[in-house]
Amino acid sequence: MNITNMTAVEIGAEIKKGSITAVDAVNAFYHVIETKESLINAFITLDKKAALKRAEEVQSQIESGKLTGALAGVPIAIKDNICTKDIKTTCASKMLKDYIPVYNATVVEKLEQAGAIIIGKLNMDEFAMGSTGETSYFGATKNPWDLKRVAGGSSSGAAAAIAANEAPISLGSDTGGSIRQPAAYCGVTGFKPTYGTVSRYGLIAYASSLDQIGTIANDVKDCAAVMDVIRGNDKLDSTSLNMNYESLLESLNSDIKGMKIGLPNQCFDNGLNEEVKKSILTMADKLESLGAVVEYIEMPFLDYVISTYYIIACAEASSNLSRFDGVKYGFRAENFDGLADMYNETRSQGFGDEVKKRILLGTFVLSSGYYDAYYRKALQVKSLIKKNFDEIFKTYDAILCPSAPTTAPKIGDSLSDPLQMYLSDIYTVSGNLAGLPGLSIPCGFDSEGMPIGAQIIGAPLEDKKILDIGYAYQQITDFHKRGCNR
Amino acid sequence: MNYEIVMGLEVHVELATKTKIFCSCTTEFGGAPNTHCCPVCTGMPGTLPVFNKKVLEYAVKAGVALNCDITRYNKFDRKNYFYPDLPKAYQISQLYLPFARNGKVDITTESGENKSIRIHEIHMEEDAGKLIHSPNGDATLTDYNRCGVPLIEIVSMPDFRSADEVIAYLEKLKTTFEYLGISDCKMQEGSMRADVNLSVRPLGSDKLGTRTEMKNLNSFKAIERAIGFESARQIDLIENGGVVVQETRRWDDNKGKSFSMRSKEDAQDYRYFPEPDIPPIIISDDLISSIKNDQPEFASNKVERYINDFGLPKADAQIIASSKYIAKIFEETTAICNNPKEVRYWIINQIMHFMNDKGILPEDIKLSAHKFAQFVDIVSSDRINRQTGRLVFEAMFLGSDDFDLEKYIKENRLEQVDDTDAIREAVLGVFSENPKTVEQYKNGQTKVVGFFVGQVMKAMRGKAKPDTVNKIVAEELLKL
Repeated sequence: MNITNMTAVEIGAEIKKGSITAVDAVNAFYHVIETKESLINAFITLDKKAALKRAEEVQSQIESGKLTGALAGVPIAIKDNICTKDIKTTCASKMLKDYIPVYNATVVEKLEQAGAIIIGKLNMDEFAMGSTGETSYFGATKNPWDLKRVAGGSSSGAAAAIAANEAPISLGSDTGGSIRQPAAYCGVTGFKPTYGTVSRYGLIAYASSLDQIGTIANDVKDCAAVMDVIRGNDKLDSTSLNMNYESLLESLNSDIKGMKIGLPNQCFDNGLNEEVKKSILTMADKLESLGAVVEYIEMPFLDYVISTYYIIACAEASSNLSRFDGVKYGFRAENFDGLADMYNETRSQGFGDEVKKRILLGTFVLSSGYYDAYYRKALQVKSLIKKNFDEIFKTYDAILCPSAPTTAPKIGDSLSDPLQMYLSDIYTVSGNLAGLPGLSIPCGFDSEGMPIGAQIIGAPLEDKKILDIGYAYQQITDFHKRGCNR
Repeated sequence: MNYEIVMGLEVHVELATKTKIFCSCTTEFGGAPNTHCCPVCTGMPGTLPVFNKKVLEYAVKAGVALNCDITRYNKFDRKNYFYPDLPKAYQISQLYLPFARNGKVDITTESGENKSIRIHEIHMEEDAGKLIHSPNGDATLTDYNRCGVPLIEIVSMPDFRSADEVIAYLEKLKTTFEYLGISDCKMQEGSMRADVNLSVRPLGSDKLGTRTEMKNLNSFKAIERAIGFESARQIDLIENGGVVVQETRRWDDNKGKSFSMRSKEDAQDYRYFPEPDIPPIIISDDLISSIKNDQPEFASNKVERYINDFGLPKADAQIIASSKYIAKIFEETTAICNNPKEVRYWIINQIMHFMNDKGILPEDIKLSAHKFAQFVDIVSSDRINRQTGRLVFEAMFLGSDDFDLEKYIKENRLEQVDDTDAIREAVLGVFSENPKTVEQYKNGQTKVVGFFVGQVMKAMRGKAKPDTVNKIVAEELLKL
């Protein structure tokens, strides 16, 4: 049984059957990690001993019937901006390179209760700021399909680990596309849920009104299984929605006859790589063959989403990252002269360039004299964007568009043109601005064999609907099954 | 040139909820450093604030009591600045939509002046931690116990014209919040803090002068001294051709001076923006009306009632009503023994004295209304005289919970003696021991009657009924 080629749901089922154990699963993935990790750099922290110990505990609880869920005994890797008690959580930053949280994020508690086994903490862009993985203090994660290319960002390690079979499922976070874009670059499936359905307690904040924890896995079914465990109301997060949820896994439905899907004209304008365009349109044909109705729609506000996103995200980030001041935890500069100097030296040395850039931008748009023109205006545009989406979703069940304008760029190409890099977020940020659920699934390859990802976006709380569309598509295609086998 | 002092106050009041405003840590005062903390109130990465609804209730109570318009749609905002006592490097406060606006507080100064002070706004916010500077100056230690304790900040209009008015206002706030049970307003514990904004202007002018803000005013006395110093400093500056600089000044009570902290020109830009982690808070009409209906009887109403129903003099009524604990003792005791005048006497003359003398706070008085009423009955029925009464009262007031009045009186044989024979014997004894004074009386010095009475009381060890002693002394003097 080749465990590392199985999906999480399959692994869970085999463990339940008794044909393999949780310990077998952990060992299998660690074997791959030991072989490939030096090339990929998807992980920041690994602890095989702890993972095996936990696997033994979980295994006996499965055998005694205490743990019965779909993910019991299944290994999972966690993006390093999600707090894990007693396990280093660094946000891929020098500022937190030795930081050990004293508590678990709510999603981690839920995974532990479900019997999933944490096998390591995943590399990412520093403090989730980046679209390639290259801003990590611990070096960029490589794309398993082509080690000279980026894995995408900011959940670079999450996408690469799945693509390289180092883990079957992972948790990532998505503020402007950080789950969906790396999933597309690495040829795997990534899901960002509706804002408020997954608790942010324990997610080290980048932009509070945009951040959501989601998952990257090998297929939609696995995403559904992870979502079932992690979503739910949390008293510790006042922005988490107060409602009950049905099981996504159990209700997955491949019948999408009659679903109306919109293809935004603006997404197919110049700037979109021809091969990417072709793949998305081919996918649209496939969805039509399943009975869906696909039509071109207008999304004129697309012009404003990047500016709106960067103003709001950087403003909130500048405030959220102020707590990293060397006073209480994390890095503190060694030499300084007085309080102000301690702050200056600590933050200058502790943060990387991209983080500093965004903090400066955010501080500027909140500053007196500029607040109204930038931040307040951006909030107004944000609510208009949401209204526009509400209009679209009155008629359409989902929107189909690319996850990124190109396939994965080469390492080193993006950071030299940051504005271009920001613009590449164009397809994903609107999902965060309006709090919408977004699914990225593999839909083809370019002429160099690099994966192409398509994005399915739904109305708020229509997470099931878009998972169904993705599930239906994955029944009749095999792009998500073509491993990179490196 | 005559000058007028113009002042506005920013008063921070700690709300006495059991737990903090955004987490479930205790708000208890004191405790070993950093033991009343959790990841939320120490600003650890990944944590989120959750609003304590009790804080809203206490805050609205304050807003209603200070006659404010209550905002229905409220939001919190982040006030961003760096300082070691602020773990998140932002304070969650309210700028754009404070929960209360446009109120007023009626005050009466010590000199009897009535005035209304307008409230600009009241908002909720979280407290910061404490910084302790090591004695040798090489380190600063942070204690986050106080971080996240709920505060309301009451911002007044610049309506104050004297230190008297400021003190009257602060005392009014204190009694009001005490009656509401929302804060103990102890300046020495920091549960009430006042910053004074002060400017001067020529008498008769209606333009505001440049103001300074004074901080670190830790007692009513310090506030009085600071107002005196700062107004004189500003007037002096202006008269000598100088200009008042808008700045924050730190009051040093030991030195009796204020020192410039920072210029308000380089004022901090706090980059306020709405707090994204806390959804808007709606205050319902129902909450406001239930709070209005549940309002306790405040001090001013009690004073009226004590004057009208119990015939108390105004000054005494004000003293008793100024503290809800003393008012409670008065009302409960009077309800049992039905003798308000006697109860008043023992509160004003004895309890207030003990409190000042031994530094007992009203909320720490352990005397039960039942015991007090029992005592009043004993005194008013003349079983012991007032002089003895003072001794018994002291023993009872300072004694333990199981102090037994009857037992104490019996064991110390304190019952008043009304035995005319014993008194007559004592009177005759005093006469015979003081022949010179008897002569003085015979020669017309009637003043010495007091001396005789005193000596008889002494001989009777204070237990003789004074009226009877007076009567018998008079009788015996006639016989001389």
